Amino acid sequence: MVVDAYTPGMLRVARMYVSTLASAEEVVQDTWLAVVRGIDAFEGRASLRTWIYAILVNQARARGRREQPAVPFASLAADEARAPFHAVDPDRFLPANADDEPRHWASAQRHWDELPVERLEARETLAAVLEAMRVLPPAQRTVMALRDLEGLTSEEVCQALGITLGNQRVLLHRARSRVRAALEHHLEA
Amino acid sequence: MTAVLPEMPCQEFVEHVTDYLEGALTAVDRARLEAHLARCADCAHYLEQLRVTQRLAGRITPGDVTPGMRDELMAAFARWQSARVSVEPESSEPGDDPPPV
Repeated sequence: MVVDAYTPGMLRVARMYVSTLASAEEVVQDTWLAVVRGIDAFEGRASLRTWIYAILVNQARARGRREQPAVPFASLAADEARAPFHAVDPDRFLPANADDEPRHWASAQRHWDELPVERLEARETLAAVLEAMRVLPPAQRTVMALRDLEGLTSEEVCQALGITLGNQRVLLHRARSRVRAALEHHLEA
Repeated sequence: MTAVLPEMPCQEFVEHVTDYLEGALTAVDRARLEAHLARCADCAHYLEQLRVTQRLAGRITPGDVTPGMRDELMAAFARWQSARVSVEPESSEPGDDPPPV
């Protein structure tokens, strides 16, 4: 059954936008309704999966900001991709005019695979990742959720969200970098 | 040939790493990045940290919220929502209905 195969993944993505599991379930239900209502419009030029996720993201965004004016996703994406950004705080690097190793790490990076597996896979660690994703700027959160939670390909994400491959990469980069930084803060605090 | 390529410092590595993983770097930047990675343990650890981040994101389930976290998330979400109010008031968004495919 298509519904059984897709629903768990759809719930995970919806969870990025709403605060309760119950709301996420409603988003998924609304998505299936919209899919069923619109199935005649589905002409097979995108994969069914891409089409369903495009509807899901719109439904979830709509619920997540009920009273808010809608901003087209492509314009959100372009704005977020243009904003100044550092993957890592510049203070973490030696200055560009340093005599030795300019712009190299000022202090060593931790080897996370040496952390106890119970710590790395603790519920609190997953919660920290979830929290970091949820406070990402919305376009970044959506791209990372579709790529890393759902395992969509970059092409599928571009098609579902109507963005370019270039913007998709910039948003994914910013999202993963920010979540990594939050996770570092959580694990090494 | 690699001898003439300008070195890639760590601060540049962390900005190119996603394009590297996505296979989107030019041949020259890819060679620079791989040369850097081969001799910088810190950047190798950074790359591994990103992979761990991705792997953990893939394990999130809908119920993964610890007690007490919900209020914080709600507050963060409310801040985000109120920040969005000031953004351009577009009236239509492509697709609360199914998008044309």
